[in-house]
Amino acid sequence: MALYSETVMDHFQHPRNVGKMEDADGIGEVGNAKCGDIMRMYIKVRDGIITDVSFITFGCGSAIASSSMATEMIKGKPIEEALELSNKAVAQALDGLPAHKLHCSVLAEEAVRAAVKDYYDKNGIAYDPAMFGGDCAECHLNQE
Amino acid sequence: MYVYADNAATTQVSRRAAEAMLPYFTEVYGNASSLHTPGQRAMEALQAAREAVAKAINADHKEIYFTGGGSEADNQAIISGAMMGARQGKKHIISTAFEHHAVLHTLDKLKKQGFEVTLLPVHENGVVTPEDVAAAIREDTALVTVMFVNNEIGTIQPIADIARVCHEKGVLMHTDAVQAVGHIPVDVKALDVDMLSMAAHKFHGPKGVGALYARKGIAVVNVIEGGQQERGKRGGTENIPGIVGMAAAIGEATEHLEDDMKYVTGLRERLIEELSKIPHSRLNGDREKRVPGTVNFCFEGIEGESLLLWLDAKGVAASSGSACTSGSLDPSHVLLALGLPHEVAHGSLRLSLSVYNTPEEIEHIIQAVPEVVDYLRGMSPVWDELERGERPHLI
Ligand SMILES: Cc1ncc(COP(=O)(O)O)c(C=O)c1O
Repeated sequence: MALYSETVMDHFQHPRNVGKMEDADGIGEVGNAKCGDIMRMYIKVRDGIITDVSFITFGCGSAIASSSMATEMIKGKPIEEALELSNKAVAQALDGLPAHKLHCSVLAEEAVRAAVKDYYDKNGIAYDPAMFGGDCAECHLNQE
Repeated sequence: MYVYADNAATTQVSRRAAEAMLPYFTEVYGNASSLHTPGQRAMEALQAAREAVAKAINADHKEIYFTGGGSEADNQAIISGAMMGARQGKKHIISTAFEHHAVLHTLDKLKKQGFEVTLLPVHENGVVTPEDVAAAIREDTALVTVMFVNNEIGTIQPIADIARVCHEKGVLMHTDAVQAVGHIPVDVKALDVDMLSMAAHKFHGPKGVGALYARKGIAVVNVIEGGQQERGKRGGTENIPGIVGMAAAIGEATEHLEDDMKYVTGLRERLIEELSKIPHSRLNGDREKRVPGTVNFCFEGIEGESLLLWLDAKGVAASSGSACTSGSLDPSHVLLALGLPHEVAHGSLRLSLSVYNTPEEIEHIIQAVPEVVDYLRGMSPVWDELERGERPHLI
């Protein structure tokens, strides 16, 4: 289907790092089943480096592809770098998303941040709460 | 194998319809309003087509107005009914919550012009009752418009009974029969409706051509102003190839209606039987009161667009009412009108069959759907929570 780029379709049909992680150091879940997409991101951290990452996602093609791409972009990276991952970078790496699907890349960025925050919380690592804003701003149901 | 199972969206043009159309592009291409011979031959074809379409629904040819499709026929019918009512000071219209947007958006427009609209509930089974209609009719009700067959779930509405209720109270009745004509018997006299809309591309005719049936005595209002075509009710040079194709397709569909219904119903029953075996699935819409070809299921824990993309990759063309496929934040208004929660409605799948589908194709669908549902559930956090009891199963 020409709705999506080849890269999106590739990540959708062959998602990287998909599946649950039993011994994760941090787990972040964002989105809302009512809105039609939820992403859960698992990270494993050693010496400040994200040594492993995986995801499971309920959502459309671009949600699955965005999750998959985000995991590739943070795997093996220092946490600080993962926190800088932007939705724009995810969308760009996917060779673009249709305008009404951009919120999927926002969700991917937020899922990464939520997983890091969980890791910080679990390990008593201090951080500035302002670093982690609210959750998925674009996905709030305002049409009920 | 690639299976086209999206016939409620549109259909393959039948060979007979395509062949009937061809001469009207390159040989008989005159304007039906012209006095010369080529024009008069086009006029004859137009008249023959009008008679064929009228015959197929047991109408008189003077009651058929060709349009540019189903949406235009819906617009024209509803505006005509509303204007007839308004002349008597009646500005209330009754419809249902799960109509096509061609109806709902026309009603929204009329609301801005001072009409009041009541949208009836469609109940859990997707069938409106004549009692609901009767109870909603007021002194100032001008028009009732209820679709014959719902396009997403395929349920058939009791149109004859609703028309009776309307006429007892002196109210006009229109039905959007776009998904009914060519699929189930449609006889405007037996139904006793005042207006009815149809679209050729839903019964193996071409796209962009449809018709409005308006009983004698209905003051049809123009949606498109122009010349004297369609007895002055629809300006614009007639789409003769399209109209000829529509007539051929409706003739073909009605000739074989009984056999086709039996055949397609058989295919559908096999689909329902097998897809119902998927755990936490649900058939949407009444089990019995449905058009032969349309099946709509919800599968808990997955999202419809990814389901469609995977099915396409596995060789099945289908559709869904998920938010991602509806292009808005909300899943389809039809599924919500049935009372389905958002999270369940997101996981919907519509398969709509035609006479061109084969039993082998149905087996292919039956194999592909559970595979894809299982795969997507395996990577779904919603399904994970359902399985672990952290979230209650809704279906
Ligand atoms: C029930 C119903 N009404 C109206 C329409 C609109 O028909 P068209 O696309 O020919 O304008 C459709 C199909 O799209 C339909 O299914």
